Amino acid sequence: MSGPSDFQPTNPALKWIERRLPIMGLVHSSFVAYPTPRNLNYWWTFGAILSMMLGLQILTGVILAMHYTPHADLAFKSIELIVRDVNYGWLLRNMHACGASMFFFAVYIHMFRGLYYGSYKEPREILWILGVIIYLLMMATGFMGYVLPWGQMSFWGATVITNLFSAVPYFGESIVTLLWGGYAVGNPTLNRFFSLHYLLPFVIAGVVVLHVWALHVAGQNNPAGVEAKTEKDTVPFTPYATIKDAFGVSCFMLFFAWFIFYMPNYLGDADNYIPANPGVTPAHIVPEWYYLPFYAILRSIPNKLAGVVGMFGAIIILAFLPWLDNARTRSSKYRPLAKQFFWIFVVVCLGLGYLGSQPPEGIYVIAGRILTVLYFAYFLILLPLLSRIEKPRPVPNSIADDVLAKHGGKVASAIVALVVAGGLLVGGAQTARADDHGVSPPGNKWSFSGPMGKFDRGSLQRGLKVYKEVCSSCHGLSYVAFRNLAEAGGPGYSVAQASAFASEYKVKDGPDDKGEMFERAGRPADYFPSPFPNENAARAANGGAYPPDLSLITKARSYKRGFPMFLVDFFTQYQEQGPDYVTAVLQGYEDKPPAGVTLPEGSYYNKYFPGHAIKMPKPLNDGQVTFDDGAPATVAQYAKDVTTFLMWTAEPHMEARKRMGLQVFVFLILLTGLLYFTKKKVWANAH
Amino acid sequence: MHACEPIAGLRSYGKGANRTILDCLFRPVWPGKAVFLPPRGPRAPAATFGRYSCVSGAVPLAADEKGLGIVTTASSADHPTRRDFLFVATGAVAAVGAAATVWPLVAQMNPDAATIAAGAPIEVDLTPIAEGQDIKVFWRGKPIYISHRTKKQIDEAQKVPLASLPDPQADSARVKPGHDQWLVVIGICTHLGCIPIAHEGSYDGFFCPCHGSQYDSSGRIRQGPAPSNLPVPPYTFVSDTKIQIG
Repeated sequence: MSGPSDFQPTNPALKWIERRLPIMGLVHSSFVAYPTPRNLNYWWTFGAILSMMLGLQILTGVILAMHYTPHADLAFKSIELIVRDVNYGWLLRNMHACGASMFFFAVYIHMFRGLYYGSYKEPREILWILGVIIYLLMMATGFMGYVLPWGQMSFWGATVITNLFSAVPYFGESIVTLLWGGYAVGNPTLNRFFSLHYLLPFVIAGVVVLHVWALHVAGQNNPAGVEAKTEKDTVPFTPYATIKDAFGVSCFMLFFAWFIFYMPNYLGDADNYIPANPGVTPAHIVPEWYYLPFYAILRSIPNKLAGVVGMFGAIIILAFLPWLDNARTRSSKYRPLAKQFFWIFVVVCLGLGYLGSQPPEGIYVIAGRILTVLYFAYFLILLPLLSRIEKPRPVPNSIADDVLAKHGGKVASAIVALVVAGGLLVGGAQTARADDHGVSPPGNKWSFSGPMGKFDRGSLQRGLKVYKEVCSSCHGLSYVAFRNLAEAGGPGYSVAQASAFASEYKVKDGPDDKGEMFERAGRPADYFPSPFPNENAARAANGGAYPPDLSLITKARSYKRGFPMFLVDFFTQYQEQGPDYVTAVLQGYEDKPPAGVTLPEGSYYNKYFPGHAIKMPKPLNDGQVTFDDGAPATVAQYAKDVTTFLMWTAEPHMEARKRMGLQVFVFLILLTGLLYFTKKKVWANAH
Repeated sequence: MHACEPIAGLRSYGKGANRTILDCLFRPVWPGKAVFLPPRGPRAPAATFGRYSCVSGAVPLAADEKGLGIVTTASSADHPTRRDFLFVATGAVAAVGAAATVWPLVAQMNPDAATIAAGAPIEVDLTPIAEGQDIKVFWRGKPIYISHRTKKQIDEAQKVPLASLPDPQADSARVKPGHDQWLVVIGICTHLGCIPIAHEGSYDGFFCPCHGSQYDSSGRIRQGPAPSNLPVPPYTFVSDTKIQIG
């Protein structure tokens, strides 16, 4: 592919193979001896990072598929069972979910790098177009993957995106019905999305092979934008680029590990911890952060078909870039005007991303329209114009000259700018998740927050007592089994105690030999029984309102933290929006609603509940539950303890997660340090 | 210039401590003209068999141009250099990391907590089982026969000379003391795994229809291709009328 290779294996067995299938020669010429420009900066390590992420997603995905059930009635629970029961299941799930975000993070940097340094220009046009195809496939794969957990956001995101195709004139409705396999998003849709989600990553892998092939034909671009001319310009891929990529990958893994172990739900949506309900649409439907800019463009255009065309057009236009920008100077390093407009374009993209997460009201709509125009203007007007009128600075004569010349700390400042901007985008995505009709609950000190957080065992046991004596009359806890009470990282009961606890419950079993259902004492393997046999019965007994199952409630609720808290939260690992909300609601009842507020019949006023009218009467009163360990019998104590308990029911393996996170971080820091010094040693002679 | 050195700066190829794994595998063909990449225009196909030319490789020429001294590694092959220690350390840490990463990916296939919980011991009430009758229960996914043996079956089982058995085992070793009338065996034929039929065969025991293995009233193999007796699962008598299997 990249040229004749220059080795012969010495081992006779290897020689025998090489003669029949020169795969070693291929690997050698492509990844060992392959001449790499010696002036590449760290933005060029993202190719290797992306290859690693694709492999990692495929690996974790195939493993998750061993345990996942792609049926509408079972999918949500199967994922919870992965997280709770499968050995290291929580780790695999976090790796795959956060991995998708990391994959897109890396691909956006990779694309912006290509934009800035003109990597799409002749002779790399097909390379670039293959990249656009990979990007499109990634978006399809990510979308279908997000549907698989079958949470609220999964279901409604699927509904919205598949409905886009109804914009197609004449055939639109038929196309949508074909996609759904039914009259609405349902089980057939889920099944086919699972099949395609499994398939597409391998299609991506195939296109990546073409992508690397096309790259090796032309050779890599470089920050100077000057092609390699002599051997002075290049170094062999191994060990130079290999070690530099390894170091880049290691740094990236640190960033990745931060999410997996300490902030696994930071980039997600709390609503997806609510099982899909075709009858209730979430107040704010937002896609995952990596789709937000295109979502903003879609919503900015008031016409349905034009909006869809605009959204897809915003992606397809990338494929035309080599012809829209035919300036002769490749790298924006030497194009002062193009450089400035590039950074403006980056800000436009981040702005669109932020707007995609906000409700489509008021100023957000106007801003969205302006930025959409700017986005398209960059490609359709600005770049062609610049290629005509811009006077570029002189480029270096060769790569070797570029290496010898001094370069400043622009890379460092670019990284800082990117981090800040990225933080803003992500934070913007955070804000939309909250319902803006409530008052923000106060923050609390939780024993389980932070990198060293642990559950307070006493609090867990007291919380269990509160749940059992107060909440369980209306709320189920169906994802928690009695045996979980004896597991490490939980309330700390022994197996015997958990068995005794279980036997106090009556559980339905059967059918017996007569064909009838019967009741028996609970066993450790049984789950907490729900107070009502089904949702209808629950609603009938509660004035039409459905008391939600509490197993996941602390992960299924959140509130907006606002600027700049969401940035601070990223560094302080604040993930306790759910517990803060739950404990606030439990204590937020007021006897009299404020003046001018009328409550619907049968509702109660709650300061923190969105809309302020809650159907649940005040559940906690002082002295209601007595604790054996002498803790105060106050509402505040009950709220704190039961919320701690519910955080444990939502994530039983939190302590294991944080403990492994510490080990992984220590290891990765060590490895990154070693790789850094190794890289410096290897490169010592090349500079 | 050695254009094909795996690691730049190693002036003496393949000697002593400077040998790398790549040195062991590849022998550079020397010299050939250095081919500069990338060329414009259509490319020649990749190396055809039998013709190798040198691709421009690692050349620390900048040292010359800058007028610096040539960097040499330790010329002695005896003691490892600091550079080697760093490489070895990095390689070792990376290997440990790779192993630690692979372990959860493999361990996830072990039975998960729900499966283990579902395999917890079960209690079976023996009162409904009449003499001469047997029932089949499932535990850990396996069928288990619980037979209430008749006097005739017990006698036959106890009187068999052990030497005549393909898999010699006394009946007393296969039942609980004081509970001779209860036989509890896993109902999976030890030949190739079919479920034998109870109260069948010439020995008033079990008969496997797949390949004709016959077991006696103690579940021991008497005839047929099966190599060993029907295994007895772990069980205890909680009371005279109740057993706990597992």
